[in-house]
Amino acid sequence: MSKNLSKFKSLKDAISEYVSDGDMIAIEGFTHLIPFAAAHEIIRQGKTNLTAVRLTPDLVYDQLIGSGCVSKVIFSFVGNPGVGSLHRFKDAYLNDWPKPLEIEEHTHAGLTNRYIAGASGLPFAILRGYSGSDLIKETKNIAFINSPFSDEQILAVAAINPDITIIHAQQADMNGNVMLWGIVGSSKEAIFAAKKVIVTVEEIVDKFQPQFNSIIIPAVLINCVVLQPNGAWPSYASGYYERDNDQYIKWDIISKDRESFQEWLQSEIFAKVSL
Amino acid sequence: MTLTGLTHPDMSWNSNEIMTIAAARSLKNGMICFVGIGIPSTAAILAKSMHAPDIFLIYESGTIDTNPKKLPLSIGDGELANNSLSVVGMPEIFNYWLQPGRVDIGFLGAAQIDKFGNINTTFIGNHYREPKVRLPGAGGATEIAGACKEVVIILKHSERAFVEKLDFITSIGHGDGPQSRHRLGLIGNGPSAVITDLGILQPDPETLELTLVQLHPGITVDQVKRNTGWKLKVAEKLTTTPNPKKIELENVRALIATSSLKPKE
Repeated sequence: MSKNLSKFKSLKDAISEYVSDGDMIAIEGFTHLIPFAAAHEIIRQGKTNLTAVRLTPDLVYDQLIGSGCVSKVIFSFVGNPGVGSLHRFKDAYLNDWPKPLEIEEHTHAGLTNRYIAGASGLPFAILRGYSGSDLIKETKNIAFINSPFSDEQILAVAAINPDITIIHAQQADMNGNVMLWGIVGSSKEAIFAAKKVIVTVEEIVDKFQPQFNSIIIPAVLINCVVLQPNGAWPSYASGYYERDNDQYIKWDIISKDRESFQEWLQSEIFAKVSL
Repeated sequence: MTLTGLTHPDMSWNSNEIMTIAAARSLKNGMICFVGIGIPSTAAILAKSMHAPDIFLIYESGTIDTNPKKLPLSIGDGELANNSLSVVGMPEIFNYWLQPGRVDIGFLGAAQIDKFGNINTTFIGNHYREPKVRLPGAGGATEIAGACKEVVIILKHSERAFVEKLDFITSIGHGDGPQSRHRLGLIGNGPSAVITDLGILQPDPETLELTLVQLHPGITVDQVKRNTGWKLKVAEKLTTTPNPKKIELENVRALIATSSLKPKE
């Protein structure tokens, strides 16, 4: 019998127990393994006033933003990858619909290093970044400092420590350890940086079989594991299903106006119940 | 992203095909190349299918020595991960590969570019907080532009894109001219070429101002000037892009046919 049975929860219970209004939340997964099902449950439970951190807001944050769950987004590339714009993001940012949206914008290198600092328990990380970019004038939480060991200036980025990080992975074992493989983005850093961690998984297995480029997240780093097959759709889970590119293309139309977005919200989110 | 352009009268290729082929030709075999999605990626995969089979492609999603067979829609498609030597996390990509200057060439797109090859992918308008058009932002581009040994920028020529003054500098090119990059402490050498659907611009060796050095077949200097928002300088020795070879056209068309996006007119 599992040592860590208490670690396994339903999606509904996991979100209700670990995500609070006003939290700083990081839902990671770079194109691959994006925990859409968990985000949809956040919408269903009507969480509000979230500060949402993610390198690429992608469809998942467009949906959270359009649903009014998010008051601030911290990101480094805001688009529908390969397709175009995120219309719900733009409507919130430019027109305050359904709520005003504050932004804090970085580069991928910068935001990744903010996670690294958070994961390392340091106040900041340093990098050679942002030089010559106007982002320096607009973005908080970055500052140039003098190198103590050489005659140069180097950029410091403040640590980021989300209240909760949510990722999706391919597998958990019976003890609540998690294995993921394929593109991992900055997921590992977002986990180490977080105060609490939820992982949704495709499958629970007796014993992990090593996979190409797999990484393991030990159960001690995770508060809660949720069995959620297909939980990354319409992004993908390597070894399980492919990216549903058509859905990304369709989102451009669904999200374009408020009415069709709200219809989608009713039929695809609120009409469906999480177990 | 537009995958096909208008067909030139009397010619058997379109503007996107010649732009992609010209960009592919700029890659040398064996280079370590950091690739962005869209036409830069198409050009790199095309080069790999022809004269540069050993080019070492890195995508910001973490795929190392990537060898895709078809066009990815996104930077993190399984097609990239499944056809790579290894897949690493983003800290390794940005901090260990890019930052110390290990990458020979960065291949970037842009929404706006100025005469020093600085690029804007953040917004169009007068104010950051109230943009007329909000664009995706930096992604990996700012540090790619800073740290690669050289940078090639690929975009379509238009007066709207080639502007006297950028609304926002997302990623630095040659700043405001000679010494700019040195003053900023950047380790890379900045843009070596801008490849468009009309021709190729390169920085003047002294002033670093982008100068027309090559025209694609059938394109006139006047056409390029009309589509450039600053007073474009023209090199004394202007060359013409060699006509696409049959194999180049076949390969670029076969690649574009693998895209999930339906070509727009």
